[in-house]
Amino acid sequence: MATKLWASRAASYLRVSTFHRAFATVVKDLKYADSHEWVKVDGSSATIGITDHAQDHLGDVVYVELPEVGASVTQSGSFGAVESVKATSDINSPVSGKVVEVNEKLNDTPGLVNESPYQDGWIIKVEINNNDELKSLMDHDQYSKFCEEEDAKH
Amino acid sequence: MRGGLWQLGQSITRRLAQADKKTIGRRCFASDADLKKTVLYDFHVVNGGKMVPFAGWSMPIQYKDSIMDSTINCRENGSLFDVAHMCGLSLKGKDAIPFLEKLVIADVAGLAPGTGTLTVFTNEKGGAIDDSVITKVTNDHLYLVVNAGCRDKDLAHIEEHMKSFKSKGGDVSWHIHDERSLLALQGPLAAPVLQHLTKDDLSKMYFGEFRVLDINGASCFLTRTGYTGEDGFEISVPSENAVDLAKAILEKSEGKVRLTGLGARDSLRLEAGLCLYGNDMEQHITPVEAGLTWAIGKRRRAEGGFLGAEVILKQIEEGPKIRRVGFFSSGPPPRSHSEIQDSNGQNIGEITSGGFSPCLKKNIAMGYVKTGNHKAGTNVKIVIRGKSYDGAVTKMPFVPTKYYKP
Repeated sequence: MATKLWASRAASYLRVSTFHRAFATVVKDLKYADSHEWVKVDGSSATIGITDHAQDHLGDVVYVELPEVGASVTQSGSFGAVESVKATSDINSPVSGKVVEVNEKLNDTPGLVNESPYQDGWIIKVEINNNDELKSLMDHDQYSKFCEEEDAKH
Repeated sequence: MRGGLWQLGQSITRRLAQADKKTIGRRCFASDADLKKTVLYDFHVVNGGKMVPFAGWSMPIQYKDSIMDSTINCRENGSLFDVAHMCGLSLKGKDAIPFLEKLVIADVAGLAPGTGTLTVFTNEKGGAIDDSVITKVTNDHLYLVVNAGCRDKDLAHIEEHMKSFKSKGGDVSWHIHDERSLLALQGPLAAPVLQHLTKDDLSKMYFGEFRVLDINGASCFLTRTGYTGEDGFEISVPSENAVDLAKAILEKSEGKVRLTGLGARDSLRLEAGLCLYGNDMEQHITPVEAGLTWAIGKRRRAEGGFLGAEVILKQIEEGPKIRRVGFFSSGPPPRSHSEIQDSNGQNIGEITSGGFSPCLKKNIAMGYVKTGNHKAGTNVKIVIRGKSYDGAVTKMPFVPTKYYKP
């Protein structure tokens, strides 16, 4: 998810949209980007998706634009987009590397991103270039706090 | 984030800011404190409304239901919308009709008392200043509702022309109904639910008709119209009675009519093929290009006499160079400003509104193409984030309308 989604005036458009569910789920062993993507690292392989907080703000996802296998992604760079009934949002990569797999199921059932953001709704798998990049990401505690603060601001 | 309602809200807010630099210009952006609230604001918040800035107002984009569910529920049961940000006004006086006819394309004189129509305020070049539903209450009383985002601009335009009209001896005055609030009740349950709250027989009141009547103990202006393609009503209620009326409507429907926000309202109007001013119609677009030639009365076509009539009547004769059409498409939903190409990749126009249709479960959009590419079935390419996707020109409305007609 592009930082601009949250940082721009759009944030005020989306604000308070989580107030009926105080805390979106945040999973322990994942790392989080401030643009609301998660990454699960297993050796040099990283699985990437958008967070529960992000899908909740976006609402019903109707289309996920996936990159090609073999494409390069860079940390904080956009590699695709999520379209909901409400809005369009870029998806940024939390790490740099090469796309080794994309979740083809999202072509037919983009709603998996809403139903299961951390499992069936994963978006791409990447072969990581540089594990040091993970240091700049948040852990689950930091991310939970980050979301709370961001919601409070709007 | 790009596109969609956000952009719509922002573009209108931006225009509003330009028109009203005194109040907004000195700030970087309009903060919550600057936003106007309707009398239903607290009611929205209590009911889970997610309030967003829209045309200078804090309005609910949605409630607890998703936009998808809300849209479908409107067509299956019903929706109640707070549209009190829109501006209602009355023009009174024995010359109110000739006065308004200078500014709009409708045959106002030809309307039967107690009926109304969609119309367009035009400028000297034939472009659209705003669209509006106007009603002839009586021969010396007209009732209009104009867009929230166009309020200042429209009122300034009307006032300027009213001054010169009156200086030539014309009898017209206005009243802006800021003492009233506007609710829209739409969907198949709209009439049966509203019937519980009034003694008037609504089965005798058809699409486009207007009455002043008692609803839930308050004197209301009722118009059988809407912005969803469904049967329904717009109810102008004294502001002190608005919350009670909203509660009574929801209660009488036994929870089936649900509060519905701007998000679903946009999906609904798009499915119904209705223009959103600021997206699908602008200052440089004529009613003919926008596909609203039907709204130009026969007498008006013969006589002209409204701003920009020369341009518009010539366009009717020769055919417009561009036309508003609908599209189905594959891939991501088109959004406003997506480029439209012909099958050879040549630019033929631009999308003005688009999204995923909750009822049809596919992408729908509208936009302007060069004449010649406007026929239903014409294959086009729609460019989204640099990739082109297949689309086809499609007749509108996308979802059949269900207006209550005799």
